[in-house]
Amino acid sequence: MDSTDYLKDINEIKNLMNKSSRFISLSGLSGIFAGIYAIAGAAIAYFFLFPKDGEVLFLYGRNFMLLVALLFSVAFFSVLTAYFLTTRKAKRNNEKIWDQTTRRLLINFLIPLVTGGLYILIKLNSQHYGLSASLMLIFYGLALVNASKYTIGNVKYLGYAQIILGLICAIFPGYGLVFWVLGFGVLHIIYGSIMHYNEQK
Amino acid sequence: MGIIDNINKLFDHRIRLGIMSILVVNEDADFNRLKELLDVTDGNLASHIKALEQAEYIKVEKTFVGRKPNTSYSASKLGTSEFKKHIDALEKLIQKPI
Repeated sequence: MDSTDYLKDINEIKNLMNKSSRFISLSGLSGIFAGIYAIAGAAIAYFFLFPKDGEVLFLYGRNFMLLVALLFSVAFFSVLTAYFLTTRKAKRNNEKIWDQTTRRLLINFLIPLVTGGLYILIKLNSQHYGLSASLMLIFYGLALVNASKYTIGNVKYLGYAQIILGLICAIFPGYGLVFWVLGFGVLHIIYGSIMHYNEQK
Repeated sequence: MGIIDNINKLFDHRIRLGIMSILVVNEDADFNRLKELLDVTDGNLASHIKALEQAEYIKVEKTFVGRKPNTSYSASKLGTSEFKKHIDALEKLIQKPI
């Protein structure tokens, strides 16, 4: 073997390591869409559902239930769009979408996310909703950082940004919605655009 | 002389090198997953796995998924460190004009 063979070996090793351990089909467009849904959802919430001055948001009241439903729809449509765009991209690149790496990615993503979601629901039950936005951002950020080991790209940095934003949000009570829009809306759109730009290159 | 010592004869084959590459970055992988990633036949893969297993570079775990037997492989500590040594040696060989 001469040194070109060794070089070929090294390239092959790198290629196999990436292919076997990292999920590469996440689409940048899905980030942009998730951001748009989040901003639209927040706008609806702000103009129609939030308590006006002097009003109180009642736990399990009509507006409260609508808010929760709105939140779940934003999440649902984001996931649906991501699933649709990602399968499309995977098909184009001839990659399998459901393999061991994807499973690990999902499990590692869901552990912090579900923990956070349940925690927020438990706190809601005892009328503590002041920190919901902050907690959503922090746990979502942790989920991204945790899942980033299994993807190519810079999801990690999106995660760090969400965590930092969540912590700042905790310092300023009463501005939850603003930070929520910044994190789930603006950051998603910025991150998605960067990803999308890189994909097109 | 020193560099050549670290070139591992056992890794001097595309498939064996491939198996180790996959196992050092994944907790474990089963037979079909290896087969799919390396694009080899059953018999070919099995014989290379056996060679690595005999050198105790990989660990084999047999379990059942429902009623189907499922064999999963993972890199042993020895295997991982030998693989790292091999890669370092390869890199040095490339950098050094011969």
